[in-house]
Amino acid sequence: MLSTLYRQDKTASWLLGAIALLSVLVPLFNFIFPVESALHFSAYSVSIMGKYLCFALLGLSLDLVWGYCGILALGQGAFFALGGYAMGMYLMRQIGNRSVYGNPLLPDFMVFLNWQELPWYWYGFEQFWFAALMVVLVPGLLAFVFGWLTFRSRVTGVYLSIITQALTYALLLAFFRNEMGFGGNNGLTDFKDVLGFNIQSEAVRASLLLISGLMLILAFMVSRWIMISKLGRVVTAVRDQESRVRFLGYRVEHFKLWVFVFSAMLAGIAGALYVPQVGIINPSEFSPLNSLEIVIWVAIGGRGTLYGAIVGAVLVNYAKTLLTGWAPEIWLFFLGASFILVTVFLPDGLVGFWQRRLQAQKP
Amino acid sequence: MNELVHKPKTGELDTSHGPILYLEAVSVSFDGFKALNNLSMYIDAGELRCLIGPNGAGKTTLMDVITGKTRPDSGSVFFGQTIDLLQMDEPAIATAGICRKFQKPSVFETLTVFENLELALATNKGVWTTLFAKLNGTQRDRIEQVMETIGLTEHRLHLAGILSHGQKQWLEIGMLLMQEPKVMLVDEPVAGMTHQEVERTAQLLLSLQGERSIIVVEHDMEFVRSIAQHRVTVLHEGSVLTEGTMDEVQNDPRVVQVYLGD
Repeated sequence: MLSTLYRQDKTASWLLGAIALLSVLVPLFNFIFPVESALHFSAYSVSIMGKYLCFALLGLSLDLVWGYCGILALGQGAFFALGGYAMGMYLMRQIGNRSVYGNPLLPDFMVFLNWQELPWYWYGFEQFWFAALMVVLVPGLLAFVFGWLTFRSRVTGVYLSIITQALTYALLLAFFRNEMGFGGNNGLTDFKDVLGFNIQSEAVRASLLLISGLMLILAFMVSRWIMISKLGRVVTAVRDQESRVRFLGYRVEHFKLWVFVFSAMLAGIAGALYVPQVGIINPSEFSPLNSLEIVIWVAIGGRGTLYGAIVGAVLVNYAKTLLTGWAPEIWLFFLGASFILVTVFLPDGLVGFWQRRLQAQKP
Repeated sequence: MNELVHKPKTGELDTSHGPILYLEAVSVSFDGFKALNNLSMYIDAGELRCLIGPNGAGKTTLMDVITGKTRPDSGSVFFGQTIDLLQMDEPAIATAGICRKFQKPSVFETLTVFENLELALATNKGVWTTLFAKLNGTQRDRIEQVMETIGLTEHRLHLAGILSHGQKQWLEIGMLLMQEPKVMLVDEPVAGMTHQEVERTAQLLLSLQGERSIIVVEHDMEFVRSIAQHRVTVLHEGSVLTEGTMDEVQNDPRVVQVYLGD
């Protein structure tokens, strides 16, 4: 499979190689070289790298539905947050009696709310395998139900985009409520262990970065394989001429639903890897603005290429880290301006621009 | 004795009485405007039928009704004697064997000629089967054969978007052939074509008749005359004005009036 990928797109393989190298080297250099060495990467840069890779995976998931299937989903952040909450619930249950109130079963916020027993939907999350399953199942199920209802009624275009924004906004409001049992506006935090290892330790941080890198590469290869299959061609055809595909005998809504659910599952995995690296998950992850930002990453990187989404997510977030540290008040203006500039001058995004440059150089 | 009587099951195409398509008393209205008005028409198996009529006569609406895009307000549409098309949606009708070429060429421009034909190929079109689909030898031969028929063999790896207008129309006819239809609905195949292209299209359609029924909607009278060997149906204001050979139809005073106005 790698060989077909390689022939398919050299740039993409270079990018995969770079991700693999970075996910190994950054934590390695963090270990080997002493703090004063120029080659030392700080623990901070390890965790920020890991964060970028999770965002890259999230961008990739949106590119599948938007870039290939033509569904401008403005609620991708909801699936990311749900995956994050599933992982957060596992991490909360690992705290046990080391919490402030010391209740072996109930997380602090429940004790604080005077709850006597664990809500039923928190059962099972003490098991890692169960939480890992929920990381993909919960976003997948929501995407399935939502997609089944909307695609079957042939809701498309801007209406669908608005409904997806409403979906993530509704979840935001719901998760803010204390009675929901997900920690209200504080969310889930103060994690201690993951699989018995201290979540703050450098080894765990390095492993999380490595796992995020590997997961991104794996997701990229599987997505690539899907998009070069016949299903990928059907999906592209749906993007360009939806009704024509129906008259060829394909059930368009089934294809959209399949891609939508798969993409939601990827977003869930991205969220689950993100939460242990940043140490918190709260309802602001459901904010409609977050989902809009994902669209901007993909647009700037270049949609319908898969690796464009990765490039866009990493670049925009790197700029965000720099700018919000330096002059936080201009960040949103900068983001908006670069989105407009890219849309007007580089409609295929940075990657599309790069590819055309490459082609122009060839005789 | 009983086994001598062929009893087709519901859902199986039965053309034993001649017609492959039965349209009876079909009416469609959009906001009070009657696009089809109590229209009845029968298409025989293997027939090449031309459908003419002035703008707004209901030709495209008729195709929409047959392919499931528009639901009629009343009337019945049967495929053979047993298959009720009004109970089916677009993909089901297409799979049953009624395929359609649109007025505006609607090939998939970001895919190659070969890939366009591959998507149209008559095969299981479920999601999982499509994900793992691989072309076998017979299917490859079939695509080659259709590319030969429509004269696009040398363009196989070209994106459909860069084909000329005429080539796109042929590619779309090729996509219909890939679906192995029992009935082909062809909406304005020669609109915007050069004279030579029109001639080639006429030959192409004539070579395809017999094995399947073809319904051609066209404005170009010269083209219709060149392919209409059997019956021509004239639509006017949503119903059938007259039916007959091209000569009969052309000499019908009502047709002359409809086309030339009074």
